[in-house]
Amino acid sequence: MIPPSFEYLKPRTVPEAISLLEEHGENAKILSGGQSLIPMMKFRLARPGWLIDINHIPNLAYIREEGGYLKIGGLTREADIESSDLIRSKFPVLHDTAFVIADPQVRNLATIGGNLAHADPANDHPATMLALGAQVVATGRRGERIIPIEEFFVSIFTTALQHDEILTEIRVPVPPPGSGGAYFKVERKVGDFATAAVAAQATLDGQGVCQGVGIGMTNVGPIPIKARTAEGFLKGKTLTEITIAEASRLAAGDAQPSSDSRGPAEYKKALVKELTKRAINRAIERARQ
Amino acid sequence: MPKTHHVRVRLNGVDHEADVDPRVLLVHFIRETAGLTGTHIGCDTSNCGACTVLLDGRPIKSCTLLAVQADGSDLTTVEGLMHDGQLHPIQEGFHQEHGLQCGFCTPGMMMSALALLGKNPNPTEQDIRWAISGNLCRCTGYQNIVKAIQYAGRKMQQGASA
Repeated sequence: MIPPSFEYLKPRTVPEAISLLEEHGENAKILSGGQSLIPMMKFRLARPGWLIDINHIPNLAYIREEGGYLKIGGLTREADIESSDLIRSKFPVLHDTAFVIADPQVRNLATIGGNLAHADPANDHPATMLALGAQVVATGRRGERIIPIEEFFVSIFTTALQHDEILTEIRVPVPPPGSGGAYFKVERKVGDFATAAVAAQATLDGQGVCQGVGIGMTNVGPIPIKARTAEGFLKGKTLTEITIAEASRLAAGDAQPSSDSRGPAEYKKALVKELTKRAINRAIERARQ
Repeated sequence: MPKTHHVRVRLNGVDHEADVDPRVLLVHFIRETAGLTGTHIGCDTSNCGACTVLLDGRPIKSCTLLAVQADGSDLTTVEGLMHDGQLHPIQEGFHQEHGLQCGFCTPGMMMSALALLGKNPNPTEQDIRWAISGNLCRCTGYQNIVKAIQYAGRKMQQGASA
């Protein structure tokens, strides 16, 4: 399969890329890792007339801790997130997530910015970023604006980004001491999208009382879902087998899966319940390390 | 008609260039403009890994990258393995350990193995299974592919210490 014809543009700076987006309007698409866009073009699910390749813009790929945030450049490859010691040690939920995205070859090209901006509810980073309370940096003609991740996913394949904005950075607040997180995914085979997946991030005090918790869910609704009922229930409670079981039941209630080739909706709700339990338990283990 | 682009790459240590339409995929560029047909087109949707090549040392699926994107890069395909008439230890490993039956996935498997052994000369079985998790084989059940890569790792270490 060969994609439909398009013109290829290779800007060298972010302002140049933004000008090209303005010039070509809705008919232009940003090409980042291309691991979702190129297959979609082959299947004629996307037919942009202009591809604006941002891979030659310097300083868009980085992972660093700065001013209380983990900052990840939009063009950072999944493979580099997977192998980052900083991420493995301080943001294990993010390491877990990158590790199960597609397969090693795809991760060598796929980018975190693309994973989020594509806004496929089956993508893995959105749930994790919801659990971590991340912020998206959108760069446009008038400079940067910060979009809280909870406001970023508008509908399927649609984000709060304006057409002439580029996702240039993800910011994750550095969790306080006593925090841990984990991502659990069930997939039919390596490289498949999640049948369901759950990200959990929790902060505990010395007595095991939950000071803060974030739970995000993958591919169980038209957009990535934050399990607000489950989060509200856990906050301020001691995390025990009983409270975790109740939170998992509530998370399954927050999920809105539909039946498809990966299984009936009821099965996916049952998966969410079990995966939430496992993710919270692993998060607690890591918080205590 | 879209504007064509001049693409120049280093392909298995040799300069190669051609003018291409932007929609030409890297796998077609390799097979059709360079005539190197060892890189296979399998699923064509980045699932199977038969089209795996190394782009600046990293394995990628050449059915899901535009040839224009590879401009200026260093590419290695299965044809780049053999040197001076001698099989590469990875090729020898697949031969000795029966790491293939129909052979369709083999070029992609070997490129994933090459990237792994370049970074990690002494991989565990788990490391090997991670490295080839994006390459599908429908014949072997993977056992002998794992053994072939272990064979190659040992052989390459002997070569390095000799």
